[in-house]
Amino acid sequence: MEKNTIAPISKEKVTLTINGKEQQLEVEVWTSLLDLLREQLHLTGTKKGCDHGQCGACTILLDGKRINSCLSLAVMHDGADITTIEGIANGEELHPVQQAFIEHDAFQCGYCTSGQICSTIGLLNEGKAKTLDDIRDLMSGNICRCGAYSNIIKVVQEALERSRTA
Amino acid sequence: MRSFSYTRAQDVKKAVSEVSSHEDAKFIAGGTNLLDLMKYDIMKPRHLVDITRLEMKSIEETEGGGLRLDALVSNADTAYHPLVEERYPLLSHAILAGATAQLRNKATDGGNLLQRTRCYYFYDTTTLCNKREPGTGCSAITGYNRNHAILGHSQHCIATHPSDMAVALAALEATIQVSGPEGERSIPIADFHRLPGDKPEKDTNLAENEIVTAIELPKKGFARHYTYLKNRDRASFAFALVSVAAALELDGDTIQEARIALGGVAHKPWRKPEAEALLQGKEVSREHFQQVADAYLEGAEGFQYNEFKIELARRSIVRALMQAAKTDQ
Amino acid sequence: MATDFIGKPSKRVDGLKKVTGQARYAGEFEVPELTHGVVINSSIARGKIKSIDSSKALQLEGVLQVFTHENRPKLAWFDKSYSDMDSPPGSPFRPLYNEKVQFNMQPIALVVAETPELAQYAATQVKVEYETEPHETNFDSQLKSAYVPEEFNSTPPPEPWGESEEQFKKAAIQLKEEYFHPSQHHNPMEMHASTVHWEGDGRITVYDKIQGALNSQKYLMGVFGLAKEEVRVLSPFVGGAFGSGLRPQYQLFMATMAALELKRSVRVMLSRTQMFSFGHRPKTLQRFSIGASAEGKLQSIIHETYAETSKFEDFQEDVVIWPAVLYKCDNVKLSHQLVGLDEYTPLDVRAPGGTTGIFALECAMDEVAYKAGLDPLEFRKKNYSEMDQTKKVPFSSKELMECYRQGAEKFGWQNRKQEPRSMREGHQLVGWGMAQGAWEANQKPANAKAILSVDGKLKVSSATADIGTGTYTIMTQIAADTLGLPLEDVSFKLGDSSLPEAPLEGGSATASSVGSAVKAVCQKIQEQLLELVKKQGNTDFAGKEVEELDFKDGQMSLKDQPATAVSITELMAQNKEDQLQAEISAEPAKEEQKKWGRYSHSATFVEVKVDEELGTIKVTRVVSAIAGGRILNPKTARSQILGGVVWGIGMAMEEYSVMDNQYGRFINHNLAEYHVPVNADVQEIDVIFVEEKDDVVNPIGAKGLGEIGIVSVAPAIANAVFHATGKRVRALPITLDKTM
Repeated sequence: MEKNTIAPISKEKVTLTINGKEQQLEVEVWTSLLDLLREQLHLTGTKKGCDHGQCGACTILLDGKRINSCLSLAVMHDGADITTIEGIANGEELHPVQQAFIEHDAFQCGYCTSGQICSTIGLLNEGKAKTLDDIRDLMSGNICRCGAYSNIIKVVQEALERSRTA
Repeated sequence: MRSFSYTRAQDVKKAVSEVSSHEDAKFIAGGTNLLDLMKYDIMKPRHLVDITRLEMKSIEETEGGGLRLDALVSNADTAYHPLVEERYPLLSHAILAGATAQLRNKATDGGNLLQRTRCYYFYDTTTLCNKREPGTGCSAITGYNRNHAILGHSQHCIATHPSDMAVALAALEATIQVSGPEGERSIPIADFHRLPGDKPEKDTNLAENEIVTAIELPKKGFARHYTYLKNRDRASFAFALVSVAAALELDGDTIQEARIALGGVAHKPWRKPEAEALLQGKEVSREHFQQVADAYLEGAEGFQYNEFKIELARRSIVRALMQAAKTDQ
Repeated sequence: MATDFIGKPSKRVDGLKKVTGQARYAGEFEVPELTHGVVINSSIARGKIKSIDSSKALQLEGVLQVFTHENRPKLAWFDKSYSDMDSPPGSPFRPLYNEKVQFNMQPIALVVAETPELAQYAATQVKVEYETEPHETNFDSQLKSAYVPEEFNSTPPPEPWGESEEQFKKAAIQLKEEYFHPSQHHNPMEMHASTVHWEGDGRITVYDKIQGALNSQKYLMGVFGLAKEEVRVLSPFVGGAFGSGLRPQYQLFMATMAALELKRSVRVMLSRTQMFSFGHRPKTLQRFSIGASAEGKLQSIIHETYAETSKFEDFQEDVVIWPAVLYKCDNVKLSHQLVGLDEYTPLDVRAPGGTTGIFALECAMDEVAYKAGLDPLEFRKKNYSEMDQTKKVPFSSKELMECYRQGAEKFGWQNRKQEPRSMREGHQLVGWGMAQGAWEANQKPANAKAILSVDGKLKVSSATADIGTGTYTIMTQIAADTLGLPLEDVSFKLGDSSLPEAPLEGGSATASSVGSAVKAVCQKIQEQLLELVKKQGNTDFAGKEVEELDFKDGQMSLKDQPATAVSITELMAQNKEDQLQAEISAEPAKEEQKKWGRYSHSATFVEVKVDEELGTIKVTRVVSAIAGGRILNPKTARSQILGGVVWGIGMAMEEYSVMDNQYGRFINHNLAEYHVPVNADVQEIDVIFVEEKDDVVNPIGAKGLGEIGIVSVAPAIANAVFHATGKRVRALPITLDKTM
């Protein structure tokens, strides 16, 4: 069959600061932030667990706020500041939340972990979690099928303590 | 996802003209529901007008002593806004009962109202659904209908509206400000969403190419006596089976005014003012609350898998009113 | 530093990679000129594909091909070529084989394009027409056609013993009830994906989501006629599987077929919806007739199971053996029948059969205990079994009594009131329930290789998997401990078909099987080191055996003379040995093992709070006491059990794959409607490991913990709900409509 070469989609230029580095990118308008990160920029630390905002594995920080990168078109975020799991540590030095995930064994397979860590940091930034029940509810957007929840809660509690005394 | 073209609008007028000048065009802001539906091939817009750059992002007091929530304020910023927390805690609670922190950070107030149903069949393009493909039939009536309507449904559709926020707005009698090719107008929340009737494809009474610009809350916020009660199949991150927004104005033990809106039971947040009126001037008591609950559920009709919702709604109304009145009697 | 690591709470050795996003999963490997495939699935449950029109899709710039049964390459025609290491009896499904549709969501085409978005779009442009035939997916209506399979996939139900029917009729206490367990899907967080790297010379390297790289390799060799050298399968990280990765799923077939045909690298990642298109935990109906004396001594157990399977494979799991493992009873009859439906073949899901069978068994026993007026824990003690009645052999170890004791004490069981609805807090009815469980402690043959370098670095490897279970960590611990090296000097490699053969990671047998191989191969290195020191003429070691040696802190010494220590690296350097190597096959001591019933055990105690009016249920407290042999790493072990408890909560209260019989299709195929537990569902969980020594199960004495944590949770919850509300809910999940 002869190819009609129908160009399927248009492209737009966007500027994104990703993990502190400003980048000029050309993105197809249907590309999600998640696919931009994973497929084009090879930042595969951000995970795809459902692609529909139902699991939280793709959680990143957009201008400091946690969001589902799967339900975000990259083209709509021109000028945004994005932090992914690859940008959480300070060089070789782990973020205390990352360190605490290891200490408390707050993961098993590791697939939800990036999202859990970004979500924890987002929760700290929000400053709304006061009680244990608050933490559980506000971490419920990140599903962990391995069932590491009780250990994740310990990490978040510890981080909240730290942020209160800091 | 299908192919589409994309433009960014700088003001409301341009946004409306952009969407009017393209075939099958949609506004996009938070995108948390529209992109979800586009990926499932349920909604197939050929053009998206990005409205996130519009100046509709503040929450301000109105002259009448109410509050205006611009359509682009995120659900999280609304729920945690000091004025909302203080004067409309019912709204705060309802918003925080829905979705997740991540989704609430992205989803906007305007978009929240325009969420589409979570009917399993609407979400599965291999099945028949009048809402998705008008005239094909409703699979839910004879299928699995656990999350479906018990009130106001039709033979064409038994879907429910999934929003929690809208249920609180219904109880608070908010007004929706919209702008369109014909100019601006405001729609009372009670008239904003529709019952399915024979046009289940239409969720709301928005005219073609109209955009939601703001939500106005009247002065009365019922900040002393309110409850948002949500029953669901897991403790968080699940849509309501039955939810109740209850608000009371009390003078001692006497009820001056009662507002009750139900979620998860109909194609729109369910209010029944004539039933609420039964409480006017009455004392706070379980018996009176049961009467109003019975009146609310009059004519309710369940299906194979959601019959239980009728009794659940009845009990939830009573519980919510008891909690709102802060009484255990 | 101390180098005794076994039994110590080590942090995960792969933790750093996981918390920094550096661990790469099957769909994440960067290969040059990668293309992307999207699978199209059938929208009917049974019939024929009349036509597939791909022309519109193919017109799009960047779309490379649409593969269907009409244009697929020539493949193995013999169905057995499609079988894998975990195929049940029957005829394996062959993707794109012909126009026949055997189940809804059957993969029927693959669109390959330059980007994932384009492949998705192109997939919407492919038009499929069907000739529909009536389907049978209604379990209830097909129950009448249940059959006993010719061949059992798992353990055949043991022959009956005693006179179960007669004794049941005579029994003072009789219970006759049915228990229902719905279909459930694994839903690991990572969706199944395969990245096939076309190497350019006909060889391919495949990154697959699988619980054993060798299984994918074997499958690809069978289907595509590839030689072993032509296909290497890697799966260093697996984002959860719980059984879904025991069999190669169709993305592997699709990606490989496309890569071989297009001579390009191809990635196929399934969608969450497609995660509902292959194996699942089968729906079951279980009928129990239990007879007991007035004092609550069991006299008869009849357990019948009816479970769904596909029409092309006879999937069966160990649902009915548990009464014979957990209770002493002289009259027992067990049976298992299958109900064939137009759906895909079920598949092992975490604790297959055990979870299902023990749920029904433990709910039924709770009912009998109540009929006898006995505390549920007392009832279990009264009917405690000292023998594995499935094989009429004693247990190699069984510290279940200690589980009862420690679990009950921690929980405060002695304060329980027997009467249902006797405890409340405001609107909430409080219920305390318990259940017990068991799981097989199997060892399978496994191989491992070790290389010790003169710089003191030890590399150990085996083609096993780590699906989050902690394989990397515990194998590193075993190797470091055995040779007395620091953990950071030891690395363990897995998830590579070129490594020494290992069994599939499943059945809680990895610690046992691969752990034994790792220990054995390190012992081989010990022997070589002893040879070296003897060769040097060191008289301290003359005539000594390795059993007499200690390996710790990088040194080898005589157990009874610590001062004889020699440095391992110095010893190698002095002997000019750059490295020592060993490879070993560790076989279970089958003859000895056969003489024993080998199981791990659990006792779970649960508190629930049920809203009296609204029916909402909260699991507020769980104490899980486990007898699982030697605990290799209390930290990762505890996580395994916590995970099992969370799964139990999901199973008891949330998980339910709804089959819509109108379409013959699972209809709640996403994570918004198929509920798995979220953080807010999980409150206090205590895990207790009771001490248990066992020299029979395997040389390291560990029984495996992947499954024992889940089996008794759901029934304990169901029993607690009864205690709270007085309502027996015999059909899972226990949702609020059943308790309000």
